[in-house]
Amino acid sequence: MNKFFQRWTVFAGLVAVWQLLGWLADDPFFPPPSEIVTAAWQWWVVDPRNFTEHVIPSITRLLSGWAIASVIGVALGLLLGRSDRAMEYAGPLLVFLRSIPPPALVPVFLLLFKAGQSMQVATIVFGVIWPVLLNSVDGARSVDVTKVDTSAVFRIPRWQWVLGVVLPAASPKIFAGLRVSLSLSLVLMVISELVGTDNGIGSQLMQAQREFDYTRMWAGIVLLGVLGYGLNTALLAVERRALAWQPRSRDEQHA
Amino acid sequence: MRAFTRGLIGIAGFLALWELLGRSPLIPAHALPPPSVVFGELVTQLTSPAFISHVVATVLAVLIAIAIAIAIAVPSGLVLGSVPAVRHATRAIIEFLRPIPSVALIPLALVMLGFGPETKITLAVYAALWPILFNTIYALDELDPLLVETARVFGTRRVGVLFRVALPSALPFVLTGIRLAATTALIVMVSVELMAGSQVGLGYFIMEARSGPGRMDQVLVGTVVAGAIGVLLNNGLERVRRRWVAW
Amino acid sequence: MSNMLEVADLGHTYGDYEAIGGLTFTVRAGELVCVVGPSGCGKSTLLRTISGLIAPSRGDVSLKGSHLAVVFQDYSRSLFPWLSVQGNVEFPLRGLPRAERRARAAEALEWVGLGAAARKRPWQLSGGMQQRVAIARALAYRPSLLLMDEPFASVDAQTRFELEDLLLRVRREHDTTVLVVTHDIDESVYLGDRILVLSGSPARLVADLEVPLPAERDQVTTRTDEAFVALRSKVARLLNVGGKPAMDVEKWAAAERESLSETVST
Ligand SMILES: Nc1ncnc2c1ncn2[C@@H]1O[C@H](COP(=O)(O)OP(=O)(O)OP(=O)(O)O)[C@@H](O)[C@H]1O
Ligand SMILES: [Mg+2]
Repeated sequence: MNKFFQRWTVFAGLVAVWQLLGWLADDPFFPPPSEIVTAAWQWWVVDPRNFTEHVIPSITRLLSGWAIASVIGVALGLLLGRSDRAMEYAGPLLVFLRSIPPPALVPVFLLLFKAGQSMQVATIVFGVIWPVLLNSVDGARSVDVTKVDTSAVFRIPRWQWVLGVVLPAASPKIFAGLRVSLSLSLVLMVISELVGTDNGIGSQLMQAQREFDYTRMWAGIVLLGVLGYGLNTALLAVERRALAWQPRSRDEQHA
Repeated sequence: MRAFTRGLIGIAGFLALWELLGRSPLIPAHALPPPSVVFGELVTQLTSPAFISHVVATVLAVLIAIAIAIAIAVPSGLVLGSVPAVRHATRAIIEFLRPIPSVALIPLALVMLGFGPETKITLAVYAALWPILFNTIYALDELDPLLVETARVFGTRRVGVLFRVALPSALPFVLTGIRLAATTALIVMVSVELMAGSQVGLGYFIMEARSGPGRMDQVLVGTVVAGAIGVLLNNGLERVRRRWVAW
Repeated sequence: MSNMLEVADLGHTYGDYEAIGGLTFTVRAGELVCVVGPSGCGKSTLLRTISGLIAPSRGDVSLKGSHLAVVFQDYSRSLFPWLSVQGNVEFPLRGLPRAERRARAAEALEWVGLGAAARKRPWQLSGGMQQRVAIARALAYRPSLLLMDEPFASVDAQTRFELEDLLLRVRREHDTTVLVVTHDIDESVYLGDRILVLSGSPARLVADLEVPLPAERDQVTTRTDEAFVALRSKVARLLNVGGKPAMDVEKWAAAERESLSETVST
């Protein structure tokens, strides 16, 4: 609790300094936080259509893309991770695909899926699947031999092996991957909205830039920060519950 | 060697699938040119000085961005990792800054820094900072207290402990962070080039190929080359880590 | 009596390191056989080949029935940290109805004296308690052949005696065939109907000794029984306890030929 106060006191202090500097400098590029908050209020709360037509669709895309990538990534990752042979075939290909900057494929997805929701979700899925997939492979490989042996000796059914041994053993790694890909989802959501749509937070940002409305631009950036912080915090809470069985649960997250 | 062959078979299988899809009537031919076409174009482009200069521009910018990110993140990580008070104090700020996607800063960077290479380098630095910073902090967290105590017992001072004990034992983690950062920097670099209309670079090449003549084969050439650079960066840094970190 | 387990000329090499060098023995149904041998001689490897976890480099293992349970030497890692103690004991019982699973787990935990710890996580228990969970899991499975790799190595003396008696009782009640690897000579004599003495690497059979004690054992009277003391000395001599560790088979064979009257130097 003490640490909590310490943290947020410093945070609040910095915001206050920013506010002061913003007033003093009076620079259109750096509006003070009070103006940003006012702009955000005007933009999304006073006119809720802006919220339902831009913010909600953005979050929907982000979450559905991330969810699809997670399901495919975990399933494929566990499969590949338990077979050295399969990994030998797929490994180099995965390394290559992972290295492709996903925005480079936006043009391809644009043609394949047409502009709109499915192209954006496809971009997010392609961009964020790798951390989940590769972490799941790693996790599935890390099941220790004695547990593999124990499962083999008792001849447990296949589903129990997968869901009761491999999945929980891999879950710390999987969650690490899920966290990385959740923050990546936010990046790709913005990217996919910068081209080929007129709705979403990303396109609103671009529009603000075109109109030289810096306060709104800052509001958009702050919103994305808040969104990222909120999503990450929520996932951490889920992770903490799901991994409560761990002997020493780390509260420090690392990328 | 067997594993290497299997890896090649895997890639060949992927290419065959792509070729089939590209030639099938299910997908419009202009949307997904088959690899045979793309590789023809790749050969053409690799001999074109213009394309090479795009590649060089991107790679250089990525390397500069990584260097700057290291210069900022490693010292900060060492401070944050070894002085808990500073870490707790800054934690909320870091937690808040980290999730802000670098691409969301594109509009801001454009108005502040213009369309030159500064913009894309700044954004790539921003994105590359985090993995290095967090891995450095994490490495110091994992530092074996016994090592520190041993050093202290032998009369090493605090700074000495930092440089002679903490840094070497943190090195593997830091290098892993740098490797992650390099991949991230490349992705952000190409993205910014793609979207912010920079004048040179792979991303610019891809954007031009798409928006001008709609040459999807060239788009895919750019994509494949970007992927190859990513693989090289990743494997190169992995090799560096293995060489330096022999323990 | 029929044979539960037949091992014929079993050998295993890891790479070019020979861990087991040709073992032949049988275990009859309902028998409790103890395996003793110096550390690193290949006892765990033997259990791994018998349980089918690794294919032996040569020789045959034939088992009657396949209802097999193993208590691993590395007991702490053989427990699943994401399951409660009870969940761990129920782990191999998935095919059974829920109520029966519960009942069997509760019974087995009661046997090993851990009824109160059922809801805890394995890592919240001490080493000895974890080992008892692993034992409970194997017992709850009601195997026809139970393989145990140094199952009582990390429990205190008192608990150890209780667990030894538990094992004797359970195997009599359920007519289980048991093969126990142990370091403890006294334990091998106390528990076993037979003792297999192995030589150092590669493991070879030095002696296959019948234990001339009544089936009913008692921690106090059995251990002071003359036959117990004599056999204990014999096994100790075979293992060359107190002398320099004998590594080659010739010495072991020679030790076996020596008379019982010779005293063990300690
Ligand atoms: N997977 C393996 N690869 C290579 N060598 C191994 C492997 N497992 C065991 N060994 C070697 O085989 C020999 C026998 O090992 P094993 O674990 O069977 O011995 P043990 O008799 O059970 O020892 P302990 O009494 O200490 O448990 C040892 O020398 C060990 O180093
Ligand atoms: Mg062993």
